[in-house]
Amino acid sequence: MPDELVNLTIDGVPVAVPKGTLVIEAAKQAGVLVPHYCYHPGLPVAGVCRMCLVEIEKQPKLAIACATQAAEGMVVKTQSPAAKSARTGVLEFLLINHPLDCPICDQAGECELQDFTFQEGRAGTRYSPDYPKRFNPVEDFGPDVLYVPNRCILCTRCVRFMEDVAQEPVLNVSERGDRAFIGVHPEARLDHPWAGNVVDLCPVGSLLSKDFLHKARAWELDKAASVCTGCSQGCNVTLDTRDDIVVRVRPRSNLEVNRYFICDHGRMNYRWMNRGDRIEAPLVKRGGELHATDWQDAFERVTTVLRGAGGRVVALVSPRASTEALFFARELFRAGGRGLEWTGAFQVVMGEEAPLPGVPDLALRAERAPNGRGAELLGYGREYAAALAAAESAAVVLVLDEPDIPVRTAGTLIYVGTVLPERAREAEVVLPIANVAEEDGTFVNRDGRVQRYAQAKPAPGMARPGWWVFSELSAALGQGDPVASAAEAFARVAQTLEPFRGLSYEQLGFTGKPAAGAAAVPA
Amino acid sequence: MGYPHKPHARETVLLSRYFGEADARTYKGWVKRGGYAALEQARAMEPVRVTDIVKESGLRGRGGAGFPTGLKWSFMPKEKKKPHYLCVNADESEPGTFKDREIMRWTPHALLEGTAIAAHAIQAEVAYIYIRGEFTEPLTIMEKALADARSAGVFGDLKIHLHRGAGAYICGEETALMNSIEGKRGNPRIKPPFPAAAGVFGMPTTINNVETLAAVPPILTKGAAWYKGLSLSSPKSTGTKLFSVCGHVQQPGNYEVTMGFPLKDLVYELSGGMRAGRTLKACIPGGSSVPILNREETEACLLDYEGVVERGSMLGSGGVIVFDDSADMVYQIMRLARFYAHESCAQCTQCREGTAWTTKILERILAGQGKAADLDLLLDLSENMTGKTICVLSDSCAAPVVSGIKKFRNEFEDYIAGRRKPVMVA
Repeated sequence: MPDELVNLTIDGVPVAVPKGTLVIEAAKQAGVLVPHYCYHPGLPVAGVCRMCLVEIEKQPKLAIACATQAAEGMVVKTQSPAAKSARTGVLEFLLINHPLDCPICDQAGECELQDFTFQEGRAGTRYSPDYPKRFNPVEDFGPDVLYVPNRCILCTRCVRFMEDVAQEPVLNVSERGDRAFIGVHPEARLDHPWAGNVVDLCPVGSLLSKDFLHKARAWELDKAASVCTGCSQGCNVTLDTRDDIVVRVRPRSNLEVNRYFICDHGRMNYRWMNRGDRIEAPLVKRGGELHATDWQDAFERVTTVLRGAGGRVVALVSPRASTEALFFARELFRAGGRGLEWTGAFQVVMGEEAPLPGVPDLALRAERAPNGRGAELLGYGREYAAALAAAESAAVVLVLDEPDIPVRTAGTLIYVGTVLPERAREAEVVLPIANVAEEDGTFVNRDGRVQRYAQAKPAPGMARPGWWVFSELSAALGQGDPVASAAEAFARVAQTLEPFRGLSYEQLGFTGKPAAGAAAVPA
Repeated sequence: MGYPHKPHARETVLLSRYFGEADARTYKGWVKRGGYAALEQARAMEPVRVTDIVKESGLRGRGGAGFPTGLKWSFMPKEKKKPHYLCVNADESEPGTFKDREIMRWTPHALLEGTAIAAHAIQAEVAYIYIRGEFTEPLTIMEKALADARSAGVFGDLKIHLHRGAGAYICGEETALMNSIEGKRGNPRIKPPFPAAAGVFGMPTTINNVETLAAVPPILTKGAAWYKGLSLSSPKSTGTKLFSVCGHVQQPGNYEVTMGFPLKDLVYELSGGMRAGRTLKACIPGGSSVPILNREETEACLLDYEGVVERGSMLGSGGVIVFDDSADMVYQIMRLARFYAHESCAQCTQCREGTAWTTKILERILAGQGKAADLDLLLDLSENMTGKTICVLSDSCAAPVVSGIKKFRNEFEDYIAGRRKPVMVA
């Protein structure tokens, strides 16, 4: 049954929303952001900050938009003198005990207290400088979380997250009145595998990530939409870079996958993206040693090897590689008439599963790779040990960014990767590729959802996206034209493979779409 | 009532009739005085009929808000799909109010009987009597009375629990009270949902004040019309009410009068008036949360829900705080504000920060360091603290401040201008 709609007007803009929608959400549809602190769509309503007070015609008192349901014929005014003055009053109250230490606060620049004060706060304070401000020392809440109580506005988002979403209620509001602060259980730590979300949820600089502490100012950061590589869940994230270095990973909301949250494992899983020991140029073997060369020379070496090869070919690939790269790495050997016997396999590192109890179907998955499902859809198997054994007698072994290659082969080893593991020095050719932060691409998560990630920083030296490398090689072998962008690369995937049929980058957007018939893999 | 003194001739003793009689505390003594007859009578009736009688009587909530009791009962679901609960608010935390304490001390069975009748009317199988933690003597008495009546089998299937509070003022607010019963921090809840839809443990719940429930048995035995007739003024305010008079009067205590009784007579006559050589300056008629009345307003005020509103205040809980001309209104108001700052639950921004800020300004004025702009600032803060929060604690802090500045502005100005010796406040 379709939702029953109610019609209302918000700041003169008529909107129709499903019955039961909160005014604050209806306002978003009208293009109006009602200032708020305690409200968060991923948490139960608290209604305590009193910031979202709005005027509703025919109601005697101002109402909080976060706890009022939209009703037929309702006329909401967020900019009426009464509503504005109420919010100005709340901001003044929030600031009297606030240390105003924005110059040394990590949140500055992405602080909702700053933003709304700038938008509609008083220009000056009426709180006498003679009065002391509330002071409590900084507390160490957990492995990655610091609490700075002096900046706290007691919105209780962190308390509600731990209680209702993580369902490990180790935080509370302690004390009363203006002495109140967020307390941590005396015998517990804020060390739930999803606890880091309280830092994102905190609208001010009160809960801080130790990992990000004093690393960058918010306005120095560039942001790119990405997908977490920590496991097969495929949580949507934003990569924050400063001067082309990834400094922070934060959740990007996707109601179908991770709602508003990511786990701490994923949050901390970015340092490798900044590795300095990268392969920066194609390398070819000359006189028993690898020597840097240009792409053309390297491609010629590879095509020479492949043209001369017959019999078995083994591809050992990383389940962290993009769908596009995996596709063209397969296409390379699909050439008709060359009679190659192809085996492709990948291995997945396994870990502990850590669910977020308050959100169905959301967990740090045991399978710690973002694109295992994608690799499977493209024909790669999970029989890694068998593939290794087959590699011994193969004519050509292609390794795609898989550092764990105890491979012994009588044939030719071609290594395509980001860094150079010791064994890869035995390769005939080494081709440098971009990592996930340095290219556009897609992953397919465990539920078969195809999701795009975007480039956050440039690749080092001559490194190029995997899809570019393999599509150029395919073209050099006379198998069609090379593709010029990740979007084109994906279009080729969609043309060729049934599960991706009909999908395109434009269609996927940045929240993804399910692949056809790609049901969940068993865990 | 007059405990420990005899009732004044102008009192109408209904609830306080047996105050001072130790025998009335016992189950046998209560039955001898006609107790538990009303319960039996109620049990013979359909629940809706009991509610109707209370509706007809005009009884209104004695805890402070004055909501019609029968109407409140009628909000409970007619068709019972979930367990129904009754909560009895015996937290009596409003400064200046000490009537429920005396009801529980002297006539515990009146409360238990009223509770059982109300539980029947709303079809509740469990009743919680949430009793103020500091009320140790009333608790002991209630425990004894409950045990005696229970072993006499008067409650049938109804389970009555005495739940002791832990000392927070805010737990007298009905939704905070329910959280406290549930074992949670006593924070008021946002409404809706209202308690009749989702109250304690998420079940349909009615919350009534001690005095309200104690008035129910006589309404059943003597009839709604009789009770309704006990009014000197507005037909919207019926029956008798206990007023707790404290402050600068010669005989502080509880006095039970019919609705519409002149406040002037309560202060000057029943409570013995001012001390020798003193004159009345001000009066808070309904517990510390309501606006202050000056002398003229006090003398013109009739004690019923409408009469007090007409004079610019509220009947509230009936805690009458009297100030004579020796009272320092700035100090008194600071003490009230400090109380609210201490008791704010810290949920709503305006209350958490506003009550404390208000107190700081008042303390500074008293210390002789006030500024001319402080009074307008106090009024503006009070405006921001009124009608904008989950419960009315912050409104309650603002009410005496606003009315105090309006009516006794010269006292504030004397401190600010240095015409009055500063008071060092601890």
